[in-house]
Amino acid sequence: MVMASISDLVVGGRIVKPGNSQQFNTGDWRTYVPVVDQDKCIDCMSCWIYCPDDSIVFREGHMSGFKLTHCKGCGICSKVCPKDAITMREE
Amino acid sequence: MPQDIAINGDNAIALAWKQIDPDVCAAYPITPQTIIVEKFAEYVANAEVTTEFVCVESEHSALTLCTSSASAGARTFTATASQGLAYMWEMLPITAAMRVPLIMAVANRAVSGPININNDHGDAMAARDCGWLMLFSENVQEAYDMSIIAPRIAEHHEVQLPCMVNLDGFVLTHAIERMTMLDTQAVKEFVGEHKPLYPLLDTKHPVSHGNMDGPDYYYPHKYQSVLAMQKALEVSQEVFDEFAKISGRQYKLVEEYRCDDAEYVAVVLGSSFGTMKATVDLLRDKGIKIGCAMPRVYRPWPAEALAKMMAGKKAVVVFDKHLSIGSYGPMFPEIVAAASDLDKLPKMYNVIYGLGGADATVAGFEKSLKAVVDGKAEKIHYLGVRL
Repeated sequence: MVMASISDLVVGGRIVKPGNSQQFNTGDWRTYVPVVDQDKCIDCMSCWIYCPDDSIVFREGHMSGFKLTHCKGCGICSKVCPKDAITMREE
Repeated sequence: MPQDIAINGDNAIALAWKQIDPDVCAAYPITPQTIIVEKFAEYVANAEVTTEFVCVESEHSALTLCTSSASAGARTFTATASQGLAYMWEMLPITAAMRVPLIMAVANRAVSGPININNDHGDAMAARDCGWLMLFSENVQEAYDMSIIAPRIAEHHEVQLPCMVNLDGFVLTHAIERMTMLDTQAVKEFVGEHKPLYPLLDTKHPVSHGNMDGPDYYYPHKYQSVLAMQKALEVSQEVFDEFAKISGRQYKLVEEYRCDDAEYVAVVLGSSFGTMKATVDLLRDKGIKIGCAMPRVYRPWPAEALAKMMAGKKAVVVFDKHLSIGSYGPMFPEIVAAASDLDKLPKMYNVIYGLGGADATVAGFEKSLKAVVDGKAEKIHYLGVRL
């Protein structure tokens, strides 16, 4: 992520462009990354409900993987999965 | 037309703010500041100003409200002292970091304990690292003048920092002196219209204030405040010069008295500068080449102007009206740091005086300075303490 230089920063940490939190790549903090075993997944959506960072991707009713931009690797998805389909691996 | 009046320091500040007519004032009473907001509340009640006056339940709330109202874009002022300033402490660095130019009068008073309501600089000095601009005044006239000058420095677009206008509790706040008040129209024209940058109430340009910073941004934002403080040195002198044109009173970053040919210089802050001038005159009559100086602007610290003033002197004696117990008075190490670039460092002495309202007298100052001249002074001297 490119950091703004002193001269480009608005003083006082004021945010003058709304919605810029989307640009804040908190996925940078991650040590562990979730990996799904599609053979075990039953598309119950537990991971989707519990994920605090909206990082689980569902397409047409099927769990299709992870959107890792904001995934901090907390492992909640792996913990709540009733079929142990999600494991955490060191990145 | 300028007019000579008899007035005490607190009323002089209230008068200055009446002439400025700010948008918002919120404050909580505390001695020796109380008269300022009491008098100002009277102006509000009499519709002599258009200010929105908010009664709050504490100083913490006062500064929180003022910070928010200044963020919204309102010209805002408040006043406090001692425990009140201490109670505001949590908000002080936040106000500064949010870069809102609100003005606060501080009627300098000792911080408890032991419980004490008299004057020293304990409150201001405990707040000096919070990122606020700090102006000091020697007398009632200067307390009035600094109140008119402060918004011009604080609101400057390359500064945007809150500012404390300091005046000694009781010695100035409650003492009636003769003062020349400016014409209200002249004050209004000098202070001008407040043009806030990125105000919260500019709904056409939505903006978020008081956000969280990670290490990547916290430090750069602090550095921006460093740059603003550097700019404030330049801006302060410009505003002082401009103020001289409407008032005939010329202020400087560092006020000097008989320093040019002096071998010894006493540095002092606030009302004691007047006492020190009298002491200097007395010692000059006895053939001692001595002068005195006062940093008008304490933050930003005018290191360069101080170094220039100290160049070639035999000794510099720093009088502190506060004490960092276990170390020196707060101003002493900063004066030493300012002098450290000089080719030849003058001998440096520290005198602690006037704590909790202890007398600051010509006789006492003379004794401390004579000891320096006679080569009998200790590095740090606790003037007037009973042994």
